[in-house]
Amino acid sequence: MSSPLLTTLAVAEHNTGDTAWLLASAALVMLMAPGLALFYGGMVRSKSVLNMIMMVFGALAVVSIVWVLVGYSIAFGDDVVGGLFGDPFQYLGFKGMLEDVVSSEGGLPVTAFAIFQGLFAVITCGLVAGAIADRTRFGTWLVFAAIWTILVYAPIAHWIFDFSAGEHVGGWMANKLGALDFAGGTAVEITSGASGLAVALVLGTRIGFGREPMKPHNLTLVMLGAGLLWFGWFGFNAGSALSAGNTAAIVFVNTLMAGCTGCLAWLLVERIRDGHATSFGAASGVVAGLVAITPACGFVTPLGAMVVGAAAGLVCAVAIGWKYKFGYDDSLDVVGVHLVGGLVGTLLIGLLATAKVGSVDGLLYGGGLDQLGKQLVACLATFAYAFVVSGLLALALDRTIGFRVDEEHELSGVDLVIHAETAYDLHAATGGARPHLGGGGHLGGSS
Amino acid sequence: MKLVTAVIKPHKWEEVREALETFGVTGMTVSEVSGYGRQKGHTEVYRGAEYDIALVPKIRIEIVIDDGDVDDVVGIVVKAAQTGRIGDGKVWVSSIDSVIRVRTGDRDEAAI
Amino acid sequence: MDGYYAWMLIATALVLMMTVPALALFYGGMSRSKSVLNMMMMSYVSAAIVGIVYVLWGWSMSWGSKEVLGGAFTNPFEFFGLKDVGHETYITMAFQMTFAIITAALISGAIADRVKFSAWVIFLPLWVTLSYFPLSHMVFSCTEDSWICGRQGAQDYAGGTAVHINAGIAALVLVLIIGKRVGFGKQPMKPHNLTLTMLGAGLLWMGWYGFNVGSIVFAGATDEERTAQFMTETGLTFVNTTLATMAAILGWLLVERILHGKATSLGAASGIVAGLVAITPAAGAVDVGGAIAIGAVAGAVCAWAVGLKYKFGLDDSLDVVGVHLVGGIIGTLMIGLFSSQAVDGLFYGGGLDSLWAQTKGVLIAIAWSGVATAILGYAIKFTIGWRISEEDEVDGIDFAEHGESAYDLASSSGGVSPSALTASKEGAHA
Repeated sequence: MSSPLLTTLAVAEHNTGDTAWLLASAALVMLMAPGLALFYGGMVRSKSVLNMIMMVFGALAVVSIVWVLVGYSIAFGDDVVGGLFGDPFQYLGFKGMLEDVVSSEGGLPVTAFAIFQGLFAVITCGLVAGAIADRTRFGTWLVFAAIWTILVYAPIAHWIFDFSAGEHVGGWMANKLGALDFAGGTAVEITSGASGLAVALVLGTRIGFGREPMKPHNLTLVMLGAGLLWFGWFGFNAGSALSAGNTAAIVFVNTLMAGCTGCLAWLLVERIRDGHATSFGAASGVVAGLVAITPACGFVTPLGAMVVGAAAGLVCAVAIGWKYKFGYDDSLDVVGVHLVGGLVGTLLIGLLATAKVGSVDGLLYGGGLDQLGKQLVACLATFAYAFVVSGLLALALDRTIGFRVDEEHELSGVDLVIHAETAYDLHAATGGARPHLGGGGHLGGSS
Repeated sequence: MKLVTAVIKPHKWEEVREALETFGVTGMTVSEVSGYGRQKGHTEVYRGAEYDIALVPKIRIEIVIDDGDVDDVVGIVVKAAQTGRIGDGKVWVSSIDSVIRVRTGDRDEAAI
Repeated sequence: MDGYYAWMLIATALVLMMTVPALALFYGGMSRSKSVLNMMMMSYVSAAIVGIVYVLWGWSMSWGSKEVLGGAFTNPFEFFGLKDVGHETYITMAFQMTFAIITAALISGAIADRVKFSAWVIFLPLWVTLSYFPLSHMVFSCTEDSWICGRQGAQDYAGGTAVHINAGIAALVLVLIIGKRVGFGKQPMKPHNLTLTMLGAGLLWMGWYGFNVGSIVFAGATDEERTAQFMTETGLTFVNTTLATMAAILGWLLVERILHGKATSLGAASGIVAGLVAITPAAGAVDVGGAIAIGAVAGAVCAWAVGLKYKFGLDDSLDVVGVHLVGGIIGTLMIGLFSSQAVDGLFYGGGLDSLWAQTKGVLIAIAWSGVATAILGYAIKFTIGWRISEEDEVDGIDFAEHGESAYDLASSSGGVSPSALTASKEGAHA
């Protein structure tokens, strides 16, 4: 019984303000799931929007269950294999966590912390779905989500989020290596990007990829989703301070600023390269900025955050074109935005971190190359592990139960084939303007 | 009786409608359509990828008129829809055998 | 006061959410399908640009210690780039920043469908500098000399003057300078997607709790006094915000029913916003009776006022003037009648003093914002120009300015339909 949150059972009092903020933050992170579903759903073609939304909602359902059963224990239990993952049986089914226990830092209910972390796993898994849009079997996806949480997300979360405290032994990346990652540049962004790349390679490209335009079918949904993601991201980042105090405030401001510069930088690239600043670009730029500031938000100043966001906006706007060059169908740019943005943000900590905000000076603040080296190791380890394990898992599922839908079903649209629904029926909605084939109710009474 | 079909640029539709109304055309059917003409195929860059774009949005107007009005109506449409630039559209005229007004059952000239 | 800190973090996130995505959806749904993306983009870049400007000189210009022009604004260079601003002030700064963002974004609804994206991008940082930052100092940063709060003693809890009258007047001035959309008054320009508008209005309502309830300013010196104020005042402002909105929905629908025969969903959504606008200045000044009265009056009057644009030939496209200017004036002035907390208004035996103070506050806001926006509006008109070409406007600003169209729904049940390929104007070279 010695996770960081259980060390001082003697402290009797909860900090009500911190607890209120953590609970609100958890709700905000949960809102990111429907936000992501809309963001992705608007980007696919209208024949597969429901499937896209369902993949994220499916991840929400499956990953939450797995997290309570065993995921949390693997991520935040005592280290069992030399730093690779936590004891899966220690908190099996939230065992021993429901008594009124509080954290070492001053009074957070451990269940609130645990479910806040669980929603990180949900969103990370949901992100992977964007790489395999339009062509995935829904049942296989749910199986993938469950196993992936256990084999990929929970171990990496253990490495970087589980700090040693007292007798509790945490993960290697945070404690032995000393890499910095405030809210998940490695565990969330690089992990989702690397997993997305691996699964996209296993599944192969969509029919017509690179030849047909596969443009977003409803950009208002994309804009709505991006806005809700930004809103939720305040819980994601500033909630990770685990306290309603100055750190949360700085993180909050940094999260805002990086979204702003990410948006403008992406639009600038588009304006120069394509001639138009697009709304799709604005939405993507906001997300790119947010991705990059996620690891860095607790270590840089607001001006530093502007640099991180702008760098991510510039680099990601270019990186999303690579899939056409190399021929991997990362359908909704999970690699281009989350992997690349996550790398940008995690590495920039090595340059822009300042002890005025966090605890470490980066290269530009006279801290030398030391921290940059640690960040690089963390990035490479996360990428390699997530890519290999996700790839093997996807391959195994593909060879056994099959991961991809039939060609015919893909062409006619996964919404109708898998879910027996189509997203829109707008002709009946225009009412008087068009023949009312759907409105059978008129036949009975009025005429 | 003739059917005049015009495919024009969308932003010219309001001018064409007004001109036809002034002339005395009482009804028409209008649809949003897409198509292309002689100079098809151009590429467009969107989100880092190049696309071949074939089809362009247009407005299609269909009017049924007496034989005697054909030249006037075609002239009015052409004049109002013209910008002088490529892509202004086409107008064509075809003969029709019969027209019936649904409400009254009137036929042909009486139904126009 | 850990609880207060937690609340301010949430409130700030809520107010940013009001612009991105709530206002973008509210306005986007009201515009036509060929210009919805441009409408949403105007809100999004407002967040991006004003956010950055606020950190650079906005905070310093509104909340600095060195007043300029006898309390009109403060020295923009004192805290440039948050220099010498302590981390403990950051969340207050961020909260105020989100107000600047939404005020600027509100204006965009008046000039929908027809403005160059580049002109809007240039307008944003200049307008907040000339109009919003000074007015927010006059109203919110209540020093002895600040023009509206200090010198006139006008009450404005969360921005009836600095936010709504300011945005409403700016919208009116820009409409006069920029002119009507092609076909205004002749063609119906109906909302293309009212579900977006209803969703946006709902999210605005939720976000507005951050806006109003988060605007508490502490008077007491000790922790106990502050806690006591926090525990009582937030309840009052929360309930007032709720009741005024409810009354405004009903007020709007009733007037619509009487004037036009139908209660519309657009009316319900607009009523929500009208009520929220009017209760914004009054949230902390009135009791529940006052809140209901203010909401009902705002809903009813705004429902009538949005029809005036056709009479005057002013293309205030999405009713920024009719809702924000009219609603803002109603709310700010009605404090003079219904104020019952710190100050007594006319109906509570306080005489005409409060009403006169509120009137002066309204006039200063109108004059300052009107002049600043006019200068800027004409400067842009005679340099880079505001309008896109008439052909682009009729074909749709989304494609002309952003190279996109919002919807491609035709392939709903099938493969790639022809319309998936139709996005280009250049292709017209056929």
